[in-house]
This record gives sequence, C-alpha cells and structure tokens, in this order.
Amino acid sequence: MIDTPTQPQTVAAPRPDVPVDGATSSTPSAPSARTRARRRRTVLAGARLAIVVVLLATWQACVNAKIVDPFFWGEPEGVWADLRDWFTVGTSQGSLGAQILVTLEEAVLGFIIGSILGVVCGIALGRVRLLSELFAPFLKAANSIPRIILGSIFTVAFGFGIQSKVILAVVLVFFGVFFNAFQGAREVDRNLIANARLLGASRWQVTRGVVLPSAFTWILASLHISFGFALIGALVGEILGANQGLGLLIRSSQNNFDMNGVLAGMVLVAVIALAAEALITLLERRLLRWRPPQTHGGAAVE
Amino acid sequence: MTAIELRNVTKKFATADGGTYTAIEDLSLTVEDGQFCAVVGPTGCGKSTTLTLISGLERPSRGEALVHGEQVRGIDTSTGFVFQQDAVFPWRSVLDNVAAGPVYRGASRSEATALARDWLRRVGLSGFEDRYPHQLSGGMRKRVALAQSLINQPRVLLMDEPFSALDVQTRAIMSTELLNLWDQTKPAVVFVTHDLEEAIALADKVVVITAGPGTVKAEFEIDLPRPRIVQEIRFDPRFTQLYEQIWEALRAEVAEAYARTTGATEVAS
Repeated sequence: MIDTPTQPQTVAAPRPDVPVDGATSSTPSAPSARTRARRRRTVLAGARLAIVVVLLATWQACVNAKIVDPFFWGEPEGVWADLRDWFTVGTSQGSLGAQILVTLEEAVLGFIIGSILGVVCGIALGRVRLLSELFAPFLKAANSIPRIILGSIFTVAFGFGIQSKVILAVVLVFFGVFFNAFQGAREVDRNLIANARLLGASRWQVTRGVVLPSAFTWILASLHISFGFALIGALVGEILGANQGLGLLIRSSQNNFDMNGVLAGMVLVAVIALAAEALITLLERRLLRWRPPQTHGGAAVE
Repeated sequence: MTAIELRNVTKKFATADGGTYTAIEDLSLTVEDGQFCAVVGPTGCGKSTTLTLISGLERPSRGEALVHGEQVRGIDTSTGFVFQQDAVFPWRSVLDNVAAGPVYRGASRSEATALARDWLRRVGLSGFEDRYPHQLSGGMRKRVALAQSLINQPRVLLMDEPFSALDVQTRAIMSTELLNLWDQTKPAVVFVTHDLEEAIALADKVVVITAGPGTVKAEFEIDLPRPRIVQEIRFDPRFTQLYEQIWEALRAEVAEAYARTTGATEVAS
C-alpha cells in the first residue's frame, strides 16, 4: 500500500501571525497586523462552522423532504440522538467510555509497538548494507500484500480479545514507519557522519547521535499517517470479531440496519483520530525544536 | 618532525557510468609539525581529495599517506577536520556541539561541558551556549565548527575551504582569529582554498595544484612575519611580490580548468 515513503514536510503553511494578503501599507490608522490576523482567523473559523451547519441542514432537509432515505443514509438528527443515548444511557455492549477505551488501547499499543519496530528495523537496515541487501526483497513483497486480510487469520489464531487487534495494528503501522526510517537513515548528510567519526564517535554513537536524530524528520512525518493505520487495524479487527470496542459497535449497528449508529461510530473515531493527530503534532514540535521555524514539519492545520 | 606526508598518492573514483575518474595523480606533499600549509588550485583539481586521504576518510588507490610517520589506515582521531559546508549537528545546542568530541572520547559530561565553555569563550561565543545552529549566522557557525574541532587538541588540522561560504569581511575576521587559535595549540594545518590571497595571508607554505588530475605544480615559502593581521597583511609589498610569483604558476592551471568547464580558451585575469 505504501511503498513510497512519505516526504517530510519542508514548507509549512504561512505562519498565522504573518499577514497573508501581502498588504504592507502602514497607515497609522490601520489596525495592526496582529489584530487583522486575529480577525481573519475568527472569520475563517466562523466560515468553516457555517459550511458544516449548511451541509448538515441540507442533509436533514433532504431527509425531511423525502429526497434521501434515512434507512440507507442516516440522518443528522438520528446520529445525534444515538450519540446522546450512548453517552447518557450506554450502548448495547456496556458504557460508551469502555468501548472507546478498548479501541484506543488497541490502537495506541499497536501504534507504539509498530512504530518502535519500524524505527529499529528501518535504521538497522539503513545502516547495515548487508541487512538491507538480505531483507529488502522480502519487505517489498510483504508490503505489496493487502495486509488487512491478515486480520482474519489473527482473529482466528488469537481470538476475540485485544491481542489480535493489536497485532493487526502493528502490522499496518510497521511498514509505513519502516520505509520512512529506512529512507531517513540513508539520506543522512555524509558530512555529518564524517564529522562525528572524526570527532571520535563509535559506529553506535554515530547511529544514535547522528543517524537517528537526522532520520527523525522522516519518521515523524510517517507517524502522522501511522496512527490512522493503527486505528484502522483496531476497528477492522473488531469488526472481524470481538467482544467489545467501537468496531463492534459499528458492526452491530450495521447488523441492525441502524445507519445512524454506524455514522455515530464514525464520528467518534474521527474525534479520536483528530485528537491523536494534535498530540503527534505537539510531539513533533517538541522533538524538532532545533529546526528553523519556517521548516517545522507537521500538519499545519491552522 | 614531519607531521603529514603524502608519497606519490593517486586516487581514482568509480564513476556512475562504470568508468574511473582520477582525482589526484602522483601527488607528494609534506607538512612539518606546527606548519601552516595552504593548498591552492582551480576548481575540481582534487584539493579536497588530498584531505580525505590524510584524514583516513578515503584510502589512496596508489602511494601512501602518513601522519606522524605512521600509515593512515582508518579515521585517525588525532586529526581535526573543518568542512566546507556546515557539519555541526543541527539538533544539538552550541554547547553540546562543542562538547561532542570529548564525550565521544570518553570524558564525563561535566568535564566535557566545562571544556566546551572554555573553547566557546576562546572563539568568542560565550553567551550563545544554548542556541541551536540555525539561530546563528554563518560566521558564528564556523566558530562553532572550529571550537568543535580544536577542543580535541588535534595534532593535525585539515580545513576544506572553511570560509568560502562567508562574506568577504567576515572571512577576513575569521582568518585572523583562526591564526590566533592556531597559535595556541600549533597543530600542522593543511588549508585548502581556491583563494590565493587567503592562502598567502595565512600560510607558511603555499602549494599549487595542477588542474585535475591534481598533482603538485610548485611550492612557495611564505616569509611574511607573524603574527599577521589578515586584513592588513595584503598591503605589505612582500605580499604583492609573492602574489605575483604564485599567480604566475596558478594562472595556467586556472585557465585550463576554466576552459574545460566552459570550452573557452582565455581567462580574464
């Protein structure tokens, strides 16, 4: 699925405190750039909210006018009602919090284990030529398999518990991180390595002190996508067979022809994914502090 | 005592199309302990290759490279190297960059930090310990690179056009400071440059390399008095004399190299 590594982002979106329209007039009566930027942000946020409201209202209106059949496509009011029920009353499988926690646990475990494995293997193969010559064809082959199907095997082999979902998430996360770490390890500035060695660094010190930090730009770029993959692994695992979790909730809604329930599950998953994305961006800012500000990687959402 | 000796070294590289490219051919060079030797030559004459052979980053295809009488077999950590491009670690603060060498060599963190602070003071960067390299100017980053290298007290210091990316004024200031720093520990220096003025202002000996494949065309002793101030030494009449002499040797090589890259036959001099 992912055979080309994700490029680290080198040019971020325009910084919010810089006026984007390029107006540089400095009339004394004009509001300061900062005020104008803030006003612009508020207007943008309002416009976005308006888009959402308009879309949802149109959908609901179409349902009410019997243009869209809510049996197949659901309706905003129904989704909202399901969400409220889940929060206040609980779901058919127990409290909503428990379902979210199970799915989150599977995704986070899969994400962490898969990322660590990916980084370790990627750096090792990027640094040791023999290893990459030996294993690269296998990894390429493994990467071209639609790995999501492995979920069926894991469910049968490891059962309905958390284990099979974590393993599926690990498998999905691993390759994205691996290929980026591998590429990152190979793109390290030769001068930096030569300099470290001349300063007296051992091979291991070069790997830890030069290759790893330098590859981190690449690795972090892959982590953004990888949490999404971990979440997919957890959900698909649950849909294939589980006792608990958001995936199961979506699955049982589908079995009851409750499309509103499916959509409500999607909304919850989206919220989790967005929160995780924000956390990863924070981590990235922190780890890549040493980079000049205009090249701060990461999804500049603002 | 002889610090560096290259004996008839040849270095060939494999090219992408399967052929070989001879960077330097039958080149011999000696540098004494405490001597400042500048190597000048046109672009692409293999100046930088000579440094990689002395440092052990590369092995000669023929001939031998010796440092303090011993054949260079791998990277020798008694050798310091200042690169043309930035080679300071961008993710380390200035202090950690300078402390890197001692830490790699097994010093404790507190020892290394204390030593690094001392060297930052010597290169005039006190107060910038916590900055990251991208927050510094090009000249300041060069100072970090110098401190990073000199903190290991190298007996041999190799410099590959270290100031070529700096503006003219900063370059002159840095050159003078380099001489002061060099005077403190007196390593044997090989300073590669294509700027003849810089070479004469700094060095005890200037070696002219032919257009590639590089070999030694001529050597000149620079008998200008020390200590020198790089910004002013060029007004010395002896400086002009030396410049004319060495340029005579260099001109043909520069023209040759220029003709090869552009197809032109004459270089404006």
